[in-house]
Amino acid sequence: MARMTMIEAVRSAMDVAMGRDDDVVVFGEDVGYFGGVFRCTQGLQTKYGKTRCFDTPISESGIVGTAIGMAAYGLKPCVEIQFADYMYPAYDQLTQEAARIRYRSNGDFTCPIVVRMPTGGGIFGGQTHSQSPEALFTHVCGLKVVVPSNPYDAKGLLIAAIEDPDPVMFLEPKRLYNGPFDGHHERPVTPWSKHELSDVPDDYYSIPIGKAEVRRQGSAVTVIAYGTMVHVALAAATDTGIDAEVIDLRSLLPLDLDAIVTSVAKTGRCVVVHEATLTSGFGGEIAALIQEHCFYHLEAPVMRVAGWDTPYPHAQEWDYFPGPARVGRALTDVMEA
Amino acid sequence: MDTGHLSLHVPEPAVRPGGQPDFSNVRIARAGAVPRPDIDAAAEDIRDLAYSIIRVLNRDGEAVGPWAGLLSDDDLRTGLRNMMMLRAFDARMLMAQRQGKTSFYMQHLGEEAVSCAFRKALRKGDMNFPTYRQAGLLIADEYPMVEMMNQIYSNENDPLRGRQLPIMYSSKEHGFFTISGNLATQYVQAVGWAMASAIKNDSRIAAAWIGDGSTAESDFHSALVFASTYRAPVVLNVVNNQWAISTFQGIARGGSGTFAARGLGFGIPALRVDGNDYLAVHAVACWAAERARRNLGPTLIEYVTYRAGAHSTSDDPSAYRPKTESEAWPLGDPVLRLKKHLILRDLWSEERHVQAEAEIMDEVIAAQREAEEHGTMHAGGRPSVRDIFEGVYAEMPPHLRRQRQTAGY
Repeated sequence: MARMTMIEAVRSAMDVAMGRDDDVVVFGEDVGYFGGVFRCTQGLQTKYGKTRCFDTPISESGIVGTAIGMAAYGLKPCVEIQFADYMYPAYDQLTQEAARIRYRSNGDFTCPIVVRMPTGGGIFGGQTHSQSPEALFTHVCGLKVVVPSNPYDAKGLLIAAIEDPDPVMFLEPKRLYNGPFDGHHERPVTPWSKHELSDVPDDYYSIPIGKAEVRRQGSAVTVIAYGTMVHVALAAATDTGIDAEVIDLRSLLPLDLDAIVTSVAKTGRCVVVHEATLTSGFGGEIAALIQEHCFYHLEAPVMRVAGWDTPYPHAQEWDYFPGPARVGRALTDVMEA
Repeated sequence: MDTGHLSLHVPEPAVRPGGQPDFSNVRIARAGAVPRPDIDAAAEDIRDLAYSIIRVLNRDGEAVGPWAGLLSDDDLRTGLRNMMMLRAFDARMLMAQRQGKTSFYMQHLGEEAVSCAFRKALRKGDMNFPTYRQAGLLIADEYPMVEMMNQIYSNENDPLRGRQLPIMYSSKEHGFFTISGNLATQYVQAVGWAMASAIKNDSRIAAAWIGDGSTAESDFHSALVFASTYRAPVVLNVVNNQWAISTFQGIARGGSGTFAARGLGFGIPALRVDGNDYLAVHAVACWAAERARRNLGPTLIEYVTYRAGAHSTSDDPSAYRPKTESEAWPLGDPVLRLKKHLILRDLWSEERHVQAEAEIMDEVIAAQREAEEHGTMHAGGRPSVRDIFEGVYAEMPPHLRRQRQTAGY
């Protein structure tokens, strides 16, 4: 075991996967020699050689398109899109190609690729380095969508993603790379080393994709979150003193509906939170599922807390980010409803 | 300085419906005139090859010049049979679509040499990433016609279980990547496949396919960048059949002169070849395939041909080009040209040709009968509704299982 940041955990996952399977290759912009702008692939080229970890031209459709071809050949590419905001040129390759190759060829060809991308705000990245495009992936049949919230999950889920026979979008909340950020941006930064989920085995392990985890047991209200918002939700529960049950989805597709239904049936109240914009966001899907499956248990309307329906602003980042105060207000409202 | 007002240039084809077909702008080299460079030639040393047209068969049907002489007599007869088979297959399937047995079809008329001859330059295990007009790759590799028809009919034996538009075949075994129907995406995937083969120190190569119109897609550019950077063992094919549905090739080509010339900026050797000349297509394909196999990297080939038929069964070319344009096409018909060559060499005769046509049509009709026993689009056996839900993922996730149950399966 070692104390790892999320960056180190992600790197360790790729290291372990590459060590176990020669067919795993890692590439993307600045990924090879330099080790990635967030350093997630640091040392992999030195260890595995430059034909297994290399730099690419600045071409996201090229990165994903070649990964699809490599997967058709039999490799297991794990590629990096430098920021989730840069994935749009590859969207055609992801949605109409990667997602459908198994289906359209009736399994003659498959597409076991992983597309890693740093997601979300909190680093003053402005509108082109802060987006959370997960709902643009969950709407696509054939993709899997994973968003870890801590180093332990990041490693186990990334190994599972690399081993998965289908394409997995792996969104890494960049504000969590170096610590369990809970939205209290005015407070000193907390490092991962003080968090129990930074205790990460050096060796192989995997976490099944599609299983949520309860991060805080509670009886008053269920908060459904993923990524950075898990920590924000925990802070909001502490700040308000409301006995919230916080569910970390970890995987949006497949979705652990049982975990959601079990909790909401118990608490009768639910707040769904995500950093992505509100309208047509993944929270809408969860709210719909809750009313379909838990309607008669509900004591109050399901509430959503999300990014405003605007581009991600630069200077007003903390007025945009759905922090613990906004989540806390929603918790109070849903308890009073 | 008064520079005046700006005006936008919108290219137009030489002729529109009602006009006299005019291909005077298509400069055609004499057969045998274009040299055959060394296999390791650098792109900058063979720039002329991106602007000329490599041809082997001359007007009299003789095979001449440095690109001739690669094929045996049997190879040539097989080539003719493959092209005739593809043409007969097209004719029957076009009719089947008119009869309502399938929703859609795309024929190869006039372009048969490109895919049929190219296939013969590949080995077992190589992988094509085709578009919708390269079924010759399957025919020439003896993929069963009945399987193609099962797919076209979306019947109970459809290998793709009714999920794909007709003619969007897939056969890993026959080196034929699943056709998307989306344009240009496969081009960069082919480069990735080739890179994988190089990463694994394999000996297999990839072939990418695209039409003149789709070279305008950004994936074409991405593919050339990656192929150039990593010297991927891939043959980058551009089939210039003059028309992208109703849009003449000048709209995608812009000011570059030829599509082959696009390769030069990437340092990729680029050759332009007579796409209606079976021998020339085969010879150039062999040159490019050998380059790839010897780890010398990618080659771009532009096949100059003409789409003699409609784009698809949903298209009517008389709305945008003269009806007689096809007959005026200066590079002739690929089947007739190879036939003439074989007859000239006493390897074939008019009688044998008529006989072969009849035999081939019988074979196609027999395959069609067999396929139709298992249903057509609107009659007889068809894939299960269950097949809608299978295969989206390797393992069906809970939400799809619930939806399948809702659908009653």
